[in-house]
This record gives sequence, C-alpha cells and structure tokens, in this order.
Amino acid sequence: MIEELATLFEEYRILGAFWVTVQLTVLSAIGSLIWGTVLVAMRVSPVPVMRWFGTAYINVVRNTPLTVIIVATSLGLWQTMGVTMGAERFDTIGFRLAVLGFIAYTACFVCESLRSGINTVQVGQSEAARALGLGFAQVLGHIVLPQAFRSVIGPLASVMIALTKNTTIAAAIGVGEAALLMKEMIENEADLLFLITGIFALGFVCLTLPTGLILGWISNRVAVKR
Amino acid sequence: MRIGRVLRAGAVVAATGLILAGCGGGDGGAGGDEAQVAADACPGGGGKTVTIGTKYDQPGLGLKTPDGLDGFDVAVGCYIAKDIWGEDVNVKWREAPSEERENLIKNGDVDLVTATYTIDAERDKIVDFAGPYLMAHQDLMVRKDYNEIKTEADLKDSDLKLCSVTGSTSAQNVKQDFAPQANLVEYGGYSECMTGLQSGAVDAVTTDNSILAGFASDPRYQGMFKLLGFNLSDEPYGVGLKEGDTELRNKVNEAIKHMIEDGSWQEFFDAHLGESNFQADPPKITEK
Repeated sequence: MIEELATLFEEYRILGAFWVTVQLTVLSAIGSLIWGTVLVAMRVSPVPVMRWFGTAYINVVRNTPLTVIIVATSLGLWQTMGVTMGAERFDTIGFRLAVLGFIAYTACFVCESLRSGINTVQVGQSEAARALGLGFAQVLGHIVLPQAFRSVIGPLASVMIALTKNTTIAAAIGVGEAALLMKEMIENEADLLFLITGIFALGFVCLTLPTGLILGWISNRVAVKR
Repeated sequence: MRIGRVLRAGAVVAATGLILAGCGGGDGGAGGDEAQVAADACPGGGGKTVTIGTKYDQPGLGLKTPDGLDGFDVAVGCYIAKDIWGEDVNVKWREAPSEERENLIKNGDVDLVTATYTIDAERDKIVDFAGPYLMAHQDLMVRKDYNEIKTEADLKDSDLKLCSVTGSTSAQNVKQDFAPQANLVEYGGYSECMTGLQSGAVDAVTTDNSILAGFASDPRYQGMFKLLGFNLSDEPYGVGLKEGDTELRNKVNEAIKHMIEDGSWQEFFDAHLGESNFQADPPKITEK
C-alpha cells in the first residue's frame, strides 16, 4: 500500500495537477467576485434595462449545467468562432476558456449571495445616505455593499468550496488539472482504482476544508453586530 | 383567502404528482426500449440469458442509435454468445464505458465485454481476457486535403494541432512519446474532436485506427476524412471476462476461431469498418 502510493506519486505529477486546480480556483474566484458584484449592482440599480439584463443573465447562466457552459466555451467560442484568448498553445487556451466559463457561472451565485446580504442592511441606512445627498453609486459603494459583504462571507465560503470542486469539469475540455490526471491514472493502473480515487478525494478535502474554516473564522470576525 | 391558499397548495401537490408519474412512465418506456434494442442487435430466442457489455458511443464498433445497437464489437459479441450458448441465446446489452469495464466484470454485472478493450498487464490482474479478436493500432485521422504529415518521423518535432480523448492511452502516448511538441487538446469524447477537425481548429484526431475508421465510415462524415495508416502502437482488442474462469475463456477463444474460419469475421469487418482505407487481418489468439 505505502509502496504503491510512493510509486504513484513518483510516476505522476499529482501535486502539479492540484496546483493547476488551485490556479483555476483562485483566478475564477477573483473574477467571479468582481463580475458578481457588478451583476448585483445591476440587479438593484434604478435603471430598468440593467435590472432586466442582470435578472435575465442570472436566470439563463445559473440554470445551464456547468459542463455545457465549459464545453461551449471550447467548442463554440474557440473551435467555431476562433476566440483564442490571446494564447497560442492549446493548453493555455483551454485554461483561460475554463476560467472564463467558471467566472460566468460562479458569478451568478456570488451575485445572489450578495443580494441576500443587501437585504440584511436596514432600509434606514440607504435612506439616511440619500438624505445626506449621496447618489446611487455612492450609497451602494460606501454604505450598502461593505455591510452586505461582511454578512455573506459564510454563504460565499460555500460558493467557493463548490467552485473548487467544480473546477474538475475543466477536464472535459482537456485542462490538465486533478480530474484529468485521475482519469489518466485510472486508465493506466486499473488495479489501483480505490487508492487513486482516495488520493484525489483526500486532495480535495485538503483544499476545501481550510477554505471553509478560514472563511468561517473571518465571517465571525467581520460580522456586523446588530 | 384561506380557501384560495389551500387550493393553491393542492394544485402544487397535484402538479408534482403528475410530474413524478410522468417521470415514472418515461422510465418504464426506456426499459421497454432496452429490450427492443437487444432484440434488434442480436435476435435470439428464449434460451440462456447472457449480458454483454459494449460501447454505446463509437460508430462502427458499438453505437446506439434510435434504430438499435450496431457495430463490429456488437456483432462479435453476438457471434460469440451464439457459438457458446446456442442460436436461441437471449443477449442483453449493457453500456460499458472505458473506466467501468473492470468493475462491471468483477461485480458480475456482465458476462462478457467486447468494448474496444485493449489487453494489457494491469487490467489482466483483475479480469481475464480471451482473444484478441482485432489488432488495432494508434493512428491519425486528418481532413482529406491535409498533406503536411506523411510519415511517422514527421510527427516527432511537429507542432501539429491534435485532438484526443481525456486521459486515454492514445493521448498519453502522444504527450510522452510520438509528438511531445504537438499542440494537444483533450475532450470527453471523439465526437467533440470531430467538430474541431471539421472547422480546422485541429489538424488531426488520434486514437486506435478501428475507432477512427468507424468515424470516417459514419454517414455524417463520409468522404471528409482519411486515415494516415500509421502503426504507432499495438492495441489487441480482447473479450473481457471474470478472472479465473478458464473454461469460459477457452470457449470464447474457440468461438473467435470459428468466427475467423467461417468468414464471419471478414463479413463483420467489411460491414462496419471497411469503408475507410482501414485494413486489418484476423489476429492470432494469444490469451490462453
């Protein structure tokens, strides 16, 4: 058992594959937080067209299976429409397209978490801000969103953990992350199926458990005391 | 007001019930469909029931369509079953994707597997093989008018745009041996690669020539692609069966011999894989 484990780690770049998973997760997390914030601003904005766009976007993208989105970025955007995201090599193109797909998808959940956070901010706050003469962008940026963010760190942790595990879908378009390596290993070492599955399950726990614990701790520290 | 609310709740419950009933009915229909397919692919009688695992997504080898299950692997499985258990054998088919084949055999869910199943040492530890019944080789398929790669040596330093299936042996071979410089994209299935090959986003698709030949002969792609005829690796396709069942293995080997001797092998080959510059001879049986 120990011996087999050692050979597996020697023959395959397991840590390298998990590093790609981490890169996918972190880049998609940053992107989806930004795009999700933009989306939530649209959804609560006083401009009807923006509200309409935000709602339509969320309902379409959130209800599309992630596999479809990821495969569509590759087959549709790249192979059919020729979008290469400024890269030459296929592996870089695939990686960037996957990040794009994850951002588009995860931003929906970030947006909806934030919107519930906005609902925790008392109406009086924005009324007071408006009475002071602040415009919509200032009310949202200085008063509402900071408080909303602080109250949704917990739910956002769930979204980020889901994102970490969702990155395995990038294997469908050939991004060399953990799930792709797992497929290769199972193809070659059919007799070690359970050991291989175990390694990858444990690997993901190592990534997601700290995420949950750290964000949970932050969530408690920054929570708005009311 | 209150009554309205109760009525609404009732409507929701009723709608849910209808949806569930609809789903249940759908499942039943699918089950019936399965039996229909089995009858079409391998007409038999009320004899012994045998379950055979095969691919459902590979044109020319094992492809499930609304008209039934068809392909070289399917024909071979059917012939073997009839040779061993008699003409009235009742063959049930089951989908056997690459990563599930060992478990399907080990758990006894299938009796035989004919599913582009390459005989190799790691797999031989947990299942037994009979055959091989077909010797495939890794090859490349390109568009008809593509001429940049002519020999295997051209591959070594080329930055060819290649497509293959995620994690497959062919994809790994390319990365490690034949064309380390190549630009490789991996997808979940060969159908996705076909999109790229048609649009020009990739130059070549690589995997076993039998699988490529199946795609090239498929009505959707007929006349568009050609095989380069390389022998990049040996992939002997065997019949998978339960570890230690020597009696069954000998019977399957006998059946494969009969199939080759009476011309059925050639007949199946011509019917399913023949239309695409792909040639193969019946292999020698090695798993004894």
